Amino acid sequence: MSHNTLLVFEVTILVLAIFLGFEVISKVPAMLHTPLMSGTNAIHGIVIVGAMLVLGLGHKGPFTWVLGFVAVVLASANVVGGFVVTDRMLQMFRKREPAKPADPTQNGT
Amino acid sequence: MGVNVTNLLYLVTIVTFILALRFLSSPAHARRGNQIGAAGMLVAIAVTFAKSGLTDYWAIAVAMVIGGGFGAVAARKVKMTAMPQMVALFNGVGGGAAALVSLAELHRILPDPGRPKVDIGIAIVLSALIGSISFAGSMIAFAKLQELIGGRPITYAGQQFVNGALFIACLSAGVALVAGWQQEWLLWALAAGALVFGVLFVLPIGGADMPVVISLLNAFTGLAAAATGFELESNVLIVSGMLVGASGTLLTLLMGRAMNRSVTNVLFGAFGQVSAGAAAVAAGGDGGTVRSASAEDVAVMLAYAHKVVFVPGYGLAVAQAQHDVRALADLLEAKGVEVTYAIHPVAGRMPGHMNVLLAEANVPYPQLKEMDDANPEFSRTDVAVVVGANDVVNPDARSNHGSPIYGMPILNVDDAQAVVVLKRSMNPGFAGIENPLFYNPKTVMLFGDAKASIVQLVQDVKNV
Repeated sequence: MSHNTLLVFEVTILVLAIFLGFEVISKVPAMLHTPLMSGTNAIHGIVIVGAMLVLGLGHKGPFTWVLGFVAVVLASANVVGGFVVTDRMLQMFRKREPAKPADPTQNGT
Repeated sequence: MGVNVTNLLYLVTIVTFILALRFLSSPAHARRGNQIGAAGMLVAIAVTFAKSGLTDYWAIAVAMVIGGGFGAVAARKVKMTAMPQMVALFNGVGGGAAALVSLAELHRILPDPGRPKVDIGIAIVLSALIGSISFAGSMIAFAKLQELIGGRPITYAGQQFVNGALFIACLSAGVALVAGWQQEWLLWALAAGALVFGVLFVLPIGGADMPVVISLLNAFTGLAAAATGFELESNVLIVSGMLVGASGTLLTLLMGRAMNRSVTNVLFGAFGQVSAGAAAVAAGGDGGTVRSASAEDVAVMLAYAHKVVFVPGYGLAVAQAQHDVRALADLLEAKGVEVTYAIHPVAGRMPGHMNVLLAEANVPYPQLKEMDDANPEFSRTDVAVVVGANDVVNPDARSNHGSPIYGMPILNVDDAQAVVVLKRSMNPGFAGIENPLFYNPKTVMLFGDAKASIVQLVQDVKNV
């Protein structure tokens, strides 16, 4: 595939992704906006793929190696932190537990 | 692994991310969605490891353990009240990673083919620019939210001019690079300039406007990731980055609308500063007297009410009073009082901040009402309890054309039979805007630390 054909494909999916993104996200209730932010935060951690490629396929000496290494460190912090924090938040959202008053261990901490 | 198989597996990742966002439409299965997304991310990482020609496995693994370890510990340890700064931090490191990838890519491409293709050049410039702004901006937002630096807007004469000039300088460096002046230092200068711009751009924005800024920085990192996708010709990066970009943009617009201010105004207005004059005007009309009540009086009001609505604001997060509010609500419900929570979209420091705090305190989510559902209910509410909220319940936003927040949709707590405002003192809030709600004959003030006041109310309601 020539470079330009590939570019046209890429722009096509970019534009489709914009519309898809707006469509999906407009259905998220305001209640879940914080988990939405931290969840999308985790998703942009996909930049880890780019960081891994730079570090693993770089082959341009120590300079790229260091840049790639730091990029992988940052991106993994983004991925792991993002998903873990979102999970912690989402597990707190619950409907009423039947006739059980506040969990004493959770109180006043 | 062949290229086609690799790309199909990346498609799996894309689908899991879309599902993760799709599942967020309801709190009942949102958590499952997040787990699906995490699994998709693992697939992408595994596929990248298996890519032919990849070397330095151990270095990648070591870097992942360092970064992942830090992320996991930070994410586990952080208190729910510190969530906005944690989100800002993780957002920033993602932007930083995107910028570094672009710097490394240019270094890799430059020497032998001579010049990168125009579109690759544009992508490299954009991800270095946006990624650096996002990194530096997020770090400043983190520092402000963590109170490492003051939350008040920091302004000086000619600020807009300096920022504008810096941004144009960065853009010009980018244009020169794309046009063919292939100097590696130029991209470094661009990234450095963008870092400084990121700092200068977030510094003048006040704490109350953080929901807009955080959403915008979130969009920036997404766009930087998408640009990285063009550099590396990777669909999974383009789509995922753009999904985040769309999400952040939408949230930014929603937050702006919830404050009735254009995003430009939030970003370049330095709100707290400009409003000082207008606030003086608003405060000019003598609003009458403020009635202060004791916790005992308020406890009686609450205990004999039919319906009580709590209206939380950033003060709830500062005082970490969410568990005590929940304890008070439980007590009232045991007495047969109907309790709900009315939540303004920009209450707190990030979109949905209050919901997360109350969920942490085990408040069942059906009790959390969004503004449009909450407002019609105030007319049949006996007592509205405002805990650490100010501007989002300020009636001037409805009626006073001179008020800096005129036109902002608010929670109409003054429709309730009685309003109790928990407040530290009569000091005007962050934005320095006077609030006539406090002078309303229906309103009583319960002065003191929100947490201490609520604990006292719990005691007194028990004794009623």
